[in-house]
This record gives sequence, C-alpha cells and structure tokens, in this order.
Amino acid sequence: MEIPDVSDTPSHNSLIQALGAELAPVRRLRSPLQRAIGWTVLLGALAALLVRHYGLTPMLTRWAGAPDLAWAGLGAVLTAIVAGWVAFSLGVPGRDVRRAWLVLPPALLWIGASGMGCLREWVAPDTEVATLAQTHGCVEFILVLSLPLSALMVWLLRRAYPLRPVLTAVMIGLASAAASASLLEICHEFDAAATDLAMHALAVGLVIGANALCGGRLLLRH
Amino acid sequence: MSAVLTNALVMGVDDALVSHRDAVRRVEDQPLNDNQKADLRRAAWMAAAQAGDRVAYERVLGESVGVIRSVARRQGVPVDLLDDVVQETLITIHRVRQTYDPSRSYHAWLAAIAARRGIDALRQHGRRDRRELHEPLAVENHADEHEASDAAEHDQRAAVLREAIATLPPGQREAVEHLGLRERSLAETAELTGRSTGALKVNLHRALKALRGRLHGDS
Repeated sequence: MEIPDVSDTPSHNSLIQALGAELAPVRRLRSPLQRAIGWTVLLGALAALLVRHYGLTPMLTRWAGAPDLAWAGLGAVLTAIVAGWVAFSLGVPGRDVRRAWLVLPPALLWIGASGMGCLREWVAPDTEVATLAQTHGCVEFILVLSLPLSALMVWLLRRAYPLRPVLTAVMIGLASAAASASLLEICHEFDAAATDLAMHALAVGLVIGANALCGGRLLLRH
Repeated sequence: MSAVLTNALVMGVDDALVSHRDAVRRVEDQPLNDNQKADLRRAAWMAAAQAGDRVAYERVLGESVGVIRSVARRQGVPVDLLDDVVQETLITIHRVRQTYDPSRSYHAWLAAIAARRGIDALRQHGRRDRRELHEPLAVENHADEHEASDAAEHDQRAAVLREAIATLPPGQREAVEHLGLRERSLAETAELTGRSTGALKVNLHRALKALRGRLHGDS
C-alpha cells in the first residue's frame, strides 16, 4: 500500500467541495457474484422454456449415446456462467483482471469436446450430420439469441465502471454466445461434424467480435 | 448407530465452528498497521458517502489526493500532469462511487481508477507531444513568419476559441463566459445564473477539459 503524498491537497479543495455539494445517496452496485447468480437464473429460465417445448428426452438420448456431446454442452454452460461472472467482476474497479483467464478451462472443455465429437466415426443416436444449409439454422439461433443476451448484459453493466471495456465486452460476447450454444443443445438434432462445428465457431466468433467492436464503446461512457 | 453418527457429525460441525472462530479471532487480534487502519477508515467514510454523508465524502476525497498522486507518479506521469490526473480521478470517483463495496479495500478500488486516469493522461500527453514541435525549433523555423502574422493568428485563435465555447453544453458555456471571460466571482455568477457555486465549479472544470480536448484535437 502507498504512503499518501498529502503535500498539496489544499489545491484540490475547491473541486472536493464542489463534488461534496453535488453528493446524493447512491444505491450500491450488487456484487459480481450476486449478478452472476441472476444471470444464471435467467439462463435457467430460458432453458426451462425450451425444455417445455422440446422435452428433455431427445437431448438425454443424444447425450447417452455420445457423451462427448454432453461434455461439450456442459463446457458451454460453464463458459456462459464463468464469462458472465468475469464480465460483472471487470465492471468493478480493483478486481483482479487475471480472473479473465478462468474462462479458459470451461471454454477448452466446450471446444475440445465439440472437436472430439468430429473424430467419431459413428453418428450419435436421434441425430444426423447436418448439411451446410441445415447449419444455417444453428448460426441464426446463436446470433438471434446472443443479440438480446448481450444487450441485457451491457444494460446490467450500465452502473458499473469497466476499466477494460473491450475485454469486458469480449467476456459479454463469450457469455452470451456460450449461453446461446448451450440453449441450442436442447433442440439441436445434428451430430458433431466439421461443418456444424465450423458454423458454430463462426457464429460465436461473430458475436464476440461484434461485442468487442460495439460493446466496448457502449461500456466506455464514463 | 445413527445416534452415534449424528453425535459425531454434530461434534465435528461444532469443532469446525470453534476452529473458524479461533482463526477469525487470531486475525482480528493482530495489530493493524497504519496503512490498514487508514484503509479501514476511508472504507467507512466512503460507505457513509454512498449514503449521502457530505462530511465523510469530503474527508475521503481529501485523503485520496495523496494516494492518487503516488499511483500516478509510479506510472510515470510527469509532475505537471499530476494535478490533472488527481482532478480527473476525483471526478471519476464521484461518477462511479456506487461501484465501491465497503467490505473490500478502498485503496485497491481507488488505485485502479487512478491508474486508469494516469494511463489516459500519458496517452493524451503523448499524442499532444507528437503533434507539437519543440519550441526552440519552432521559433527558429518560423520566427519571422510568426511576428508578421501575429495579429492575424491572434484573431484566428480567438475565433477558434469562440467557436469551441459555442459548442459547449449551456451550463458549461455559462460557467466559462461568466467566470473565465468576464472574470466574475463565483458568488456573482451564482446570483446571475441561479446555479450553486458547487455546480459552477464542476461545470467550469468540465468545460476547460472539453475545450482542452477540442483545441488540441483530443476527444
């Protein structure tokens, strides 16, 4: 900790008094953990809506036949939660920026398990290998769902102060893209294949890139 | 059997609680050094400021000035820019005071904001330096020209300044016109405009920052 230099504090007294005159009570920002729990609950609610429509059985049958799909799904869910928590943490000055590295293990699980699925020679039960045209639906799903999720996270960070806006925006993009990919898993009737994986990666990349470009500016209001 | 297991479980939980309490007491019993005491004091003041306590707020801001200067100096901010960094950091603290969590270190929160403002100042300074010629060189190359066109340049500068002032938001424009150009006192300006002296000071500071940015080409 620094030993403060108080040599010329008086020269700033007028500004301090002016700021004091403007002071109004403020509602304290909720902790990153509390906001991450809220984010997770929201994702759970969206998952419940999709499960209500599509049912759990098709997803569980796919997972039982091809556990790599389940691992990839788990990786995506964890990435969405951890990246969300990191984004909320980066919105509070003084929190360690290095915690951004925590998204790496779940992201590696997600990417690794998805990649491993492509190496299987057999097709998972109740699925088919998607054609390029069919994968467009997956891309649309991820892009269309990621947009409101990203907007929601930017809004949740409106009272925060991210000292690294671009990194925070990348985390928002990763969290929303991973959340969309997790939710897609509930109604995804295609097996892991190079084309499908490539299209998912493209959609996730687009979401992260768009957030880094626009989200950083939106978060730079202060 | 189940009663034995339950007792063992209860005893285990009790032991764990006692050991946690001891650990907490041991940490609490350790004497705090001056810096830790100062950090706790500022954290309490900032918590009170979040609830609207002006006295606590002015105290914590006053004690923050030295810390901000130390952080900025460590980052290599030149001495002539230190006051700018202090002012920018104080204004940022005011805007984002809701992000402070009193259960955590005030120093860590403040130092992170000060470091950011220090980096911003260094970047702006760097950009300005690249655009501006070193003074002796500039005089040597353009001395005669400068003399010849002195009046014209003065008029041109005044026009640019007038134009920049005209683009300011009404509150800031008012502050510059009364306090800066007409050299009125704060009390006179407050009476004329119906604004508080505090608001006028903040508006003037923001206006000067905006004008500096516009005239030097920074946004």
